[in-house]
Amino acid sequence: MKTLIRCAVAVAVSAVFVASTLAADLKVGLSVSLSGPNSSIGIPYSKGMQAALAYKGEVGGRKIQLIVLDDGSDPTAAGRNARKLVEEEKVDVLMGTSGAPSAVAIAQVGREAKTPMIGLTPLSFSAADNPWVVTVAQPTQLMVDAVIERMKRNGVKTVGYIGFSDVWGDLVYDAMMKAAPAAGIKVVSNERYARADASVTGQVLKIVALRPDAVMTGGAGTPGALPFLALAERGYKGGVYGQHGLINPDFVRVAGASAQGSLMPTGPVIVAEQLPADYPTKKIALDFRSAYQKVNNAPTSDAFSAYAFDGWLVFLDAAARALPKAEAGTPEFRVALRDAIFTSKDVVGTHGVYTFKPGNLYGVDERARVIVKLDNGQWKLAP
Amino acid sequence: MTWDVALILGIDGLANGAVYLLAGLGLVLIFSVTRVVFVPFGDIAAFAALTLAAFETGRVPPTIAMVGALAVVAVAVEVTSLSRRGEFARIPKAVLQWGALPAVPCLLAWLAARPGVPAAVQVAVSVLLVVPLAPLLARIVFQPIADASVLVLLIVSLALHFLLSGLGLLFFGPEGSRTQPLATGTLMLGEGFPVSGQIILMVASAIVLSGLFFLVFERTVVGKALRATAVNRVGARLVGIRPARTALLAYGCASLLAGLIGVLIAPVTTMYYDSGFIIGLKAFVAAIIGGLVSYPMTALGALAVGVVESFASFWSGALKDVIVFSLLIPVLMLRSFMSAHAEEDEEEVDQ
Repeated sequence: MKTLIRCAVAVAVSAVFVASTLAADLKVGLSVSLSGPNSSIGIPYSKGMQAALAYKGEVGGRKIQLIVLDDGSDPTAAGRNARKLVEEEKVDVLMGTSGAPSAVAIAQVGREAKTPMIGLTPLSFSAADNPWVVTVAQPTQLMVDAVIERMKRNGVKTVGYIGFSDVWGDLVYDAMMKAAPAAGIKVVSNERYARADASVTGQVLKIVALRPDAVMTGGAGTPGALPFLALAERGYKGGVYGQHGLINPDFVRVAGASAQGSLMPTGPVIVAEQLPADYPTKKIALDFRSAYQKVNNAPTSDAFSAYAFDGWLVFLDAAARALPKAEAGTPEFRVALRDAIFTSKDVVGTHGVYTFKPGNLYGVDERARVIVKLDNGQWKLAP
Repeated sequence: MTWDVALILGIDGLANGAVYLLAGLGLVLIFSVTRVVFVPFGDIAAFAALTLAAFETGRVPPTIAMVGALAVVAVAVEVTSLSRRGEFARIPKAVLQWGALPAVPCLLAWLAARPGVPAAVQVAVSVLLVVPLAPLLARIVFQPIADASVLVLLIVSLALHFLLSGLGLLFFGPEGSRTQPLATGTLMLGEGFPVSGQIILMVASAIVLSGLFFLVFERTVVGKALRATAVNRVGARLVGIRPARTALLAYGCASLLAGLIGVLIAPVTTMYYDSGFIIGLKAFVAAIIGGLVSYPMTALGALAVGVVESFASFWSGALKDVIVFSLLIPVLMLRSFMSAHAEEDEEEVDQ
C-alpha cells in the first residue's frame, strides 16, 4: 500500500511537472512550401529550421516546440495554415514562407490575431500597415546598390538591362534606376523576357548593338541563365552582373561556362569559409553549417536554409527579453515578443546583423551583403 | 536594325522554325488520321529532352517509370476489353504488344544509364524511350472515344496535357536542364557570321525528316494507308485498312518526331517539365496556317512563325508571344474566306 501511494505521488508530481513544462513551452509555427513549384525554396527553409532547433532548442530554460505545416505553394493554404497555427496551436510566433503572396496571407492572419511574424523572404508591403511583421531577408535595393557600387569601382559608365517581364524584373530595374544616376552610370536599355522563353537572342542583339560597358540581369533561378548564355554566344566582352536571385546551384548548372566571372551580391553565408576572420557573421555562419550537416546529413550551399536559421536567432533573442515580462502562450507574451523583436539590436545572424525598428520591415545593413564571383562553378568572395 | 542583325535574327528564326516544322508535321499527321489535336505533343518532346539531361547527369531517367506505368495501364485496358468480348485467345498477343514492346526501350534506357555509355547511344535511347508514350496514351485515352466529336477529342487532349505536365513536375522536378550540344563547331557564313553547328543540325534534320515524310507518304503502302485513312475513314475500312492500327502508327511516328525535337532543342534552350506546351502551341499556329491538313503549308507556316518570333523578340521582347499568336487572326480570316465551308461530318466508325 505504501509503495502504491509512493507511486501515485510520484506520478502526480511528475504529471504536474510535465504539465508545467508543457504550459511554459514556447511554440513556433512555420508554414512553408514543402510541395508544389516553390518547394525548391520551401524545403531548404524547413531543413534550416530543423538545424536551428537542434542548434538551440530552448531559451531562458524553456523548451521550444516547432510546428511545421506545408502550404503546397498556395497562398490560400498558407493563410489557412497560419490560422490553424494561431487558433489551434496558439503559437507565439509565425514564420514563413516562399513567395510574397503567401507571406502576405500569413502576415494578415498574424495582424488579426496579434501574433508576431518573422518573414523569411523579401516582403513588399507597407510596414505601417503591418506592425506585427519583420523579415530577415535583405531588401532588393540593398543588394542592387552593392552591384552599382561595384560597377562604379570597375569603371562602368553605361549598362544594359535585361530581366524578367514580371514583378522580379521590375523590382531589380527600379532599384537599379534609383541607384545608377548617383553613381554616374547610365542605363541604356530595358529589355524583358518571360520566364518560360526559349531564347533571348533578339533582346541580347539589341543590347550588344548599344555597346554598353556592362550588362545587368534581372532574372532568378534557371530561367535567369538565358541572358548569360545568349551574351556568351554573341561574344559579349563586357562584364555581366547579376543579383541574389541567381545564387542557386541550378543556375550554375544551366549557365555553365557562360557565367564564368560574373559578379553578383549575396548574403555572406554563401561564402562563409572565405570571409575574413573578423567578419561579424563568420562564426555563426560556420556554426550553422555544422548544425545543418549534423541534422540533415548533407552539406548546405543555399541561402534559404540560412534565412530560416536567422529567423530562429531573431526569435531566440527577442524571446529571451520577452519571457520575464509575461508567460509564454498568452496574448501578453505575444505583445511583449513583438516589442522585443522591434527593439532587437545587433543580433548576429548568418546573413547579417539585425537591428529592427518600428516602421521598417527590414533589419539588415551593409554587413548583410558581399559581392561574389562565379569561378569555375564555385562562388568566390570578391572583396 | 542593320543587315547583320537581321541575318542573325533570320538564322535564329529558321532554327526555331525547323523545330516548329517537325512539331507541326506531327500535329497534322495525328489530326488528319485521328481528328485529335494532340496537345500533349510538346510535353513528350520536353520529356525526351529531360530524359537526355538525366542521362548526362548520371541518373536513371524517371521516364522509365512513366512508360512502365502507362504500359501496365494499357495492358489492363486491353485485357479487360478483350475478356469482355470473350476473345481470350488474343490476350497473350495483347500482353506482348502492350506490355513487352514498351518494355524494350525501358530496358535499353536502364542499361544506357550506366556510366561510360557513349553520348550518341544516350541520345538515341532518349528518343526511343519516349516513342511508346503517345501510342500508349492513345490506346488508354483516345481509342475508347475514337468516334467522339472533334471538340470532345480536343478537350480530352487538353486534359491529357495537364495530366502529363503534372506528371512531369512529379518525375523531373521544377528546375530546368540543358544538355551538351550534339554538334560542336561553327560554320562561318561570309564575314563575321558564325552559325553554330547545333543550328545547322536542327535545320538539316528538319529538311531530311520532311523529305522522308514525303517519300513514305508517296511511295510506301503504310504511308498510303495513312493517307487513305486521313482522306476517308469509312472508305479506308472498306478497302481493308484498320483505322485503329493506322492511328497507332500515326501516334508512333508523331512520338518519334517529338523525341527528335526534344533532343534537338535541349542543347539550345533550357527545358522545363512544362516547356513543351509553348512549342506545341506555336507548332499549332503553323499547323493552322496549313489548315491542319497540308504538310507543305504547315512547313512554310512553321518557318514563318520561327522568323516572326525571332524578329518580334528584337522589337519588343515582352510582346513576342502576343505578336506570334496574333498571326492566327489574319490566317483564320483568310482561310475562312477562301475555303468552302463544310459541316463537320459525323461519321460512325468503330475500331
